[in-house]
Amino acid sequence: MGEVVARLRAGGGWSRPRGGSRKSDTAPRPFRGALVLPPVALLALFFLYPLALVVQQSVHPDTGGTSLQPYADVFASESFRNALWTTVWIAAASTAGCLVLGFLLALVIAFVPFPGAKAVARFIDVYLSFPSFLITLALLFIYGTTGIIGSFQFLTTPWGVLLAEVTYFTPFVMRPVLAAFSQVDAAQIEAASSLGARAPRIVRQVILPEALPALAAGGSLVLVLCLNEFGIVLFTGAKGVTTLPMLVYSKAILESDYPGACVVAVVNVLISVGLYGLYRVVSRRAGA
Amino acid sequence: MSSGISSGIRFDSVSVAYDGNVVLDSLDLTVGPGEVMALLGPSGSGKTTALRAVAGFVRPVSGRVFLGDRDVTDLPPHRRGIGMVVQQYALFPHLRVADNVAFGLRARRTPKAEVRERVAEALEMTGMAAYARRHPRELSGGQQQRVAIARALAIRPEVLLLDEPLSALDAQLRSGMLAELGRLHRELPDVSILYVTHDQVEALTLADRIAVMDRARLRACGTPTELYRAPADEFTASFVGGANLLPVTVGAGGVDFAGVAVKVDTGGVAAGARATLCVRPHLVGLGEGPNRLVGTVTDVQWRGATHRLCVEVGGEVVMADLRELRDPPGFGDSVSLHFAAEDAVLLPVGVGRG
Repeated sequence: MGEVVARLRAGGGWSRPRGGSRKSDTAPRPFRGALVLPPVALLALFFLYPLALVVQQSVHPDTGGTSLQPYADVFASESFRNALWTTVWIAAASTAGCLVLGFLLALVIAFVPFPGAKAVARFIDVYLSFPSFLITLALLFIYGTTGIIGSFQFLTTPWGVLLAEVTYFTPFVMRPVLAAFSQVDAAQIEAASSLGARAPRIVRQVILPEALPALAAGGSLVLVLCLNEFGIVLFTGAKGVTTLPMLVYSKAILESDYPGACVVAVVNVLISVGLYGLYRVVSRRAGA
Repeated sequence: MSSGISSGIRFDSVSVAYDGNVVLDSLDLTVGPGEVMALLGPSGSGKTTALRAVAGFVRPVSGRVFLGDRDVTDLPPHRRGIGMVVQQYALFPHLRVADNVAFGLRARRTPKAEVRERVAEALEMTGMAAYARRHPRELSGGQQQRVAIARALAIRPEVLLLDEPLSALDAQLRSGMLAELGRLHRELPDVSILYVTHDQVEALTLADRIAVMDRARLRACGTPTELYRAPADEFTASFVGGANLLPVTVGAGGVDFAGVAVKVDTGGVAAGARATLCVRPHLVGLGEGPNRLVGTVTDVQWRGATHRLCVEVGGEVVMADLRELRDPPGFGDSVSLHFAAEDAVLLPVGVGRG
């Protein structure tokens, strides 16, 4: 998001056609502004304005006036602190699980020749387009109370949410990692093995370093998506598992506490934006 | 590892096929301990496949590969103990030069102190000691190839496989590296080297023996001098150094070329048979002399130190490489060429051509 805005502000880079006629070369600034204006206006109307309303609502308690009282109330509440902790640890654990599982699966698909590897890789692209609750629904058939292995009430615990999130988000890691693997020089792997390295050492010292930027990209995407995940948590029906998006939902719809809901939403947005900023800094340092 | 006597490479009728497509056809070849064997041939001749069969990256459909007296046909690459250098260097980009060189030693769990010592030694040997802390991307192509060589030598292999190691370098660097490889081999006299190349100059310069490959088969194998002076067939003659290959009819005590009687050693070939006469262009002289051929100049190429003259004699073009001429003949001029009888070799006709 921020990237798009920055690029729009910078202007010059893309809006000036290269090698065009003299007329376009000397296109006056207002003309360029006219090109930029519609997308910015749309963006402002449909995204920034509602977001601003949320922020505004969060500082207008029901009692009237403008104050930070809603923030104080929400931050002081046990339910918010629990939700924050639940959100963060489930998201972090899901991301870790997705990274490990995604890396291992991508490794098998990319480097262990088996019939149908291409088809599997293609299926991952399709999988990415599935809605997240679909996975949870599918898991319900196996682990749910009336499901095939329904006896252990497993899905309504945080572990059920974790399982569903890892299942659903792992392909988001696999896709960039598979792309990185396709760039790995086969000659490097051969050189390593002729130097005496077995498969684990080759994975650790030759393949993993090449895949690190892809893992970072996939991992940070999954982390942000997990922090904001709503459908999976709702569909598992885990009453004890309240994440920030669930808290927004229950405050706004069930308790009609709009300022409180907006406060939680603002916190959620800040965490997402903060993580994105962190990712940008880290990835730039890593030279990716 | 094992004693020097048991090193070397032996191909025992090794065949390799991909999807029924034979890319190496029952190769029999022995590389002696400490010998440099060049596998010379055009692309698609099977030379790289032969090298990969030694390294363990292709599995022969039949035949055995031996390193010394060890049958390695069924061993995975990491258990063969071979040093390998490829055209595109294949250095590990995220590791510093010293860590690249140490890779094979660490894979072998060599003690730390010894790793440091042998890395320093290998870098010293390739003249890269000053670059130990650099990353591969900070080095030029030639420097990267030196690091790749150091990395292969650090594990002290008995067999070194070089797959077109100089092809990615520019011409000037290549001749420097060629001399360097020759020096390395003198410093490591026990290491057997299999050197795959399509460049005859590299093969002639470096190799103790050359194996000429074409279309999945071994055509000829011998010392550079043997192959150059007395090639066994037309393919070898044209691939190892340039050659005039002239169609002749064998007579008594000589041959007939385009109606001209040429005196050469017919070596027991029956009179009346058709054959090919091979004469190296640089052994053809301009002017009067023995085995005189008269023809018309069709092309003159000035190559700095030499002139190449293409002269049409009785419908065949004869090439002559002459020391730079002060007054070269012009296009269409009639000139005389000659060559000594002992500089010509009679080959059986047509075998292995095309």
